[in-house]
Amino acid sequence: MKGSVIKYERDNIDTDVILPGPYLKIHDYNELAKHAMEGLDINFHSKVKEGDFIVAGRNFGCGSSREHAPIALAYSGIKAVLALSFARIFYRNAVDGAFLLPIEIDENAYKEISEGDVLEIETSKNEIKNLTKDTIYKMKPFPELIGKIIAAGGLFNYKP
Amino acid sequence: MNITEKILARGSGKTRVAPGDVVFVSVDKVMLHDVSGPGVIAVFEKLRKQGIKIEKLWDPSKVWVAEDHFVPSADQISAQNIVMLSNFTKQFGIERHFKYGMGQYGICHTLSHEEAMVLPGEVYVGGDSHTNTTGALGAFACGLGHTDVAYVLLNGKIWFRVPETIYFKLNGKLPSHVMAKDYILQIIGDIGTDGAAYKTMQFGGSGVTEMSVEERLTLTNMTTEAGAKSGIIEPDQKIRDYLAARSATKYGEVHSDTDAHFEKIYEYEASELEPTVAKPYSPENIAVARDLSSIALDKAYIGSCTGAKFEDLQAVARILKGRKVKVRTEILPAAISIFRKALDDGLVKIFMDAGVVIGPPTCGACCGAHMGVLAKDEVCISTTNRNFPGRMGHVESKTYLASPLVVAASAVTGKITDPRDLK
Repeated sequence: MKGSVIKYERDNIDTDVILPGPYLKIHDYNELAKHAMEGLDINFHSKVKEGDFIVAGRNFGCGSSREHAPIALAYSGIKAVLALSFARIFYRNAVDGAFLLPIEIDENAYKEISEGDVLEIETSKNEIKNLTKDTIYKMKPFPELIGKIIAAGGLFNYKP
Repeated sequence: MNITEKILARGSGKTRVAPGDVVFVSVDKVMLHDVSGPGVIAVFEKLRKQGIKIEKLWDPSKVWVAEDHFVPSADQISAQNIVMLSNFTKQFGIERHFKYGMGQYGICHTLSHEEAMVLPGEVYVGGDSHTNTTGALGAFACGLGHTDVAYVLLNGKIWFRVPETIYFKLNGKLPSHVMAKDYILQIIGDIGTDGAAYKTMQFGGSGVTEMSVEERLTLTNMTTEAGAKSGIIEPDQKIRDYLAARSATKYGEVHSDTDAHFEKIYEYEASELEPTVAKPYSPENIAVARDLSSIALDKAYIGSCTGAKFEDLQAVARILKGRKVKVRTEILPAAISIFRKALDDGLVKIFMDAGVVIGPPTCGACCGAHMGVLAKDEVCISTTNRNFPGRMGHVESKTYLASPLVVAASAVTGKITDPRDLK
């Protein structure tokens, strides 16, 4: 999985800025994508490309249970969010709905990765290659069940 | 095992579970509303397109539905969502659907306790992050997204990682000017918005025993703001009486073993707590109300699952009685049964004499959707639970979170005010 980085150097990016409350009534996924990140970055929709990654700080996706948040990012083209940590409902929504990969990275990777860097993520090796900076970072391995659900393509395809 | 571990062990058919174990747990009750409901319907449609037949739910008698976010219908899309939700409950035989404007209705988390929809010892999940609220009754209560809720509707179970539990012990009775809201804001200020991430927050101590059921619900409600998976309080006689008054007497209470393990224990002295306010733009950004007395306000809001229960309205009425508000003030009781009690007890007259707007129950303004959103640069003090950028309206509006007493006192002066400082 290869893509370029949109970086938000901040912690606690909450679901209210990822997909603001007024749009919760919308269930057309492509329509939701038009409003992704609107509360934080009004230019997100115009700059995001298919296959991009978001890099952010601690507690990404805190706040509400709205699945609209990972949906809006996924239908904008985002394939993975790389963050220092994730809020629990965002994390399980991303995995169980098979919308995008929530990948935990360490402080070093967070500091080094810059806006526009091209990354190649190999989850089988728990590796993130920074092709722009010619560096390799370790990602935190997925817990066993999470890895199985991701491999199955979401909770409904997973057979316990 | 502690109460949460015991409920999850029972739900997963095991004699013992420990934090870190991943288990599939049978669900006793599941809730959806006018945002997560249409979300579930969209998931069902996606599954049908993949060739999966969906003819019936695992158990419609364990499912209940509320209409609360975009009601009264904010626009045509919201109106359509309510029609979809009604068709859905009819199609699948869900009888407990609290329809807006038909008997009892209101915010889902408020109905969960007002109507005793959830009982001690149960595993309860809902398509809303504040599902944690109902843990105050002694249930494992946890919010999920709509894919997970759809999975529960079809399979009757869902996976959980058994959480570590952090125990918060409150010593002594809260002073009369301090409410549960002040206590939970202080806790979130101390541990941060991810201070209990993936964990359970359990509350106890003499201060919690002294607390009313409604005040306890404020504590568990805002565990979500510390990132917690659930909040819980062991059931006692107050809970039994509260449920008996709602004709619920048969349930299997669960209590922690005497050797129960907690990851960490925090202790607070009730006498040391102050009226506390969370400043924009995070519930962890706390200050003592008295230190914010220069902050001028445009609006005071009393509403939501957090801060518009009956006792919240009583607290507001104690302040507003015989006084006038200086800023736009809106009071929206969290369920129509609470509105009725406020009317019967003369609170509504006090509110009207003070000059406030009284509205029907809705989540509308709390999530910035409709029915009282904020303009750019407007400053609001609110009994609700979140104050992220744009939460209650324009992304550059500002929300201060506080107790019903502080919000009411601030409405009277037009500035953030400690209730003790009101003339």
